[in-house]
Amino acid sequence: MSHGLHIKDLTVRYDGVTALDRIQLNIEEHTTLGLVGESGSGKSTLARVVAGLIVPDEGIISLGDEPLTRKRSRAQRKKIQMIFQNPDASLNPRLSIRQLLSEALLFHGIVRRSELEQRCLELLARVQIDGSALDRYPHEFSGGQRQRIAIARALSVEPELLIADEPTSALDVSVQLSVLELFSSLKQELNLTMLFISHDMGVIHAISDTVAVMRHGQLVEINSKDRFFARPDTAYGYQLLSAVPKMPAGTYSRRDTP
Amino acid sequence: MSMNPILEVEALTLSSRANPKLVHNVSFSIGKGETLGLVGESGSGKSLTLRAILGLLPQGIEQTGGQIKSSLSSAMVFQDPRGSLDPLCPVVKQLAEVISYRQGLSRKASHQAALELLEVLGLPLSLRQKDRYPSQLSGGQCQRVVIALALACKPGILLCDEPTTALDVTVQEQIIETISALQQELGFAMVFVTHNLAVASAMCSRLCVMRQGQIVEQGDTLSLLQAPQDAYTQMLINSVLPVPVLEGGEQR
Repeated sequence: MSHGLHIKDLTVRYDGVTALDRIQLNIEEHTTLGLVGESGSGKSTLARVVAGLIVPDEGIISLGDEPLTRKRSRAQRKKIQMIFQNPDASLNPRLSIRQLLSEALLFHGIVRRSELEQRCLELLARVQIDGSALDRYPHEFSGGQRQRIAIARALSVEPELLIADEPTSALDVSVQLSVLELFSSLKQELNLTMLFISHDMGVIHAISDTVAVMRHGQLVEINSKDRFFARPDTAYGYQLLSAVPKMPAGTYSRRDTP
Repeated sequence: MSMNPILEVEALTLSSRANPKLVHNVSFSIGKGETLGLVGESGSGKSLTLRAILGLLPQGIEQTGGQIKSSLSSAMVFQDPRGSLDPLCPVVKQLAEVISYRQGLSRKASHQAALELLEVLGLPLSLRQKDRYPSQLSGGQCQRVVIALALACKPGILLCDEPTTALDVTVQEQIIETISALQQELGFAMVFVTHNLAVASAMCSRLCVMRQGQIVEQGDTLSLLQAPQDAYTQMLINSVLPVPVLEGGEQR
């Protein structure tokens, strides 16, 4: 049977406001869906519903063959992990990196205690952070490094679906680029299925296989990346793309340097 | 460099107790109606330089060297529109207060002037009937109110500290258009701080690239982007993620 994520008729209402309106969405296994839209369009609500942080009013979400119900089991929760926009807020400042990484590993019983240290080091190596980081605390790292640690923690329980909610929006452009490169290499190494949310078209173009556009709680367009960026089907997609500020023609590019 | 600068910053150095070189030896000048962009990563001293021009340095940071010569008044637009408005005061009232204070108008006249200014900035006419609180407006509308507040001081120099960073791309485009149109009309000079090089290239005639409190490179926007000399500038330009050009170009 088909793997990947399937969402059918998903609806969420917050007292009177329809935040998500009958969303239909499929993410194929091992592909990345880039979700774009203006603020308040429901991107983050969708991510939180899929992660099980918000209970939907209607609709079915299934991962592979297994429907995800109102109350999720520990195993179901393990399968979907999320990376948030602001690593300062998502990493507990009172826990060392060792504690942050071990917590999920032990909770889900991924490794035995004797192998814990080894696994933590492997995880840090995967996100290109030195092993000496284990006994340090989140405030000792830069924003980009903290986001890498958050990624390592999300990957530690071997999720089937990774949700990234604006993971690079709080970072500088140069740091953003290195974090995106990390995502791309992890995607290939681990065959990740990813739901990647951003309002930055450049970021979406760099990471996605498929692009979905949301507006006022509805999905207005789903298209392959190449087609969306060349010829969007909807006027709104066109509007979004043409609003992106462009660099002037003839701008220096890395191809000019050996 | 312009012939008749209205703002000159010479060898500006800003220090705190912990770091004596928060901003070090920064110099630039702006002529009338010109726009200068300050770009660079966070912590490079862009915003501090702006605050020094405005005379509003945060506590604990002092100007320890250089001088700022300015022949005209300046006003600032901040990054976070909601944070720079009083949440407990309706927006027209807020604006009227600034106009009455700055331009010495009566309460009634300043209210009228506030409405006219908001109309210039493209805010909905419903504000004429009923004043609204900042929380009842969208982020883009709030930023327009903040720009109106800055313009109410009739500044010769408008200082913009990442005015579009907190906004969506479509709203960002509108705000950039609004600021450009107002600059054409009112002829103020601008110092525009941003980390988005594409936005900087659309707004500014000259750019200063800052890193760790120093200007590493400055020059005409186009020549700087086309032939950057400094390795850091090159790295910054390379970090901009490309978005492919739309096919056709006609609206459907």
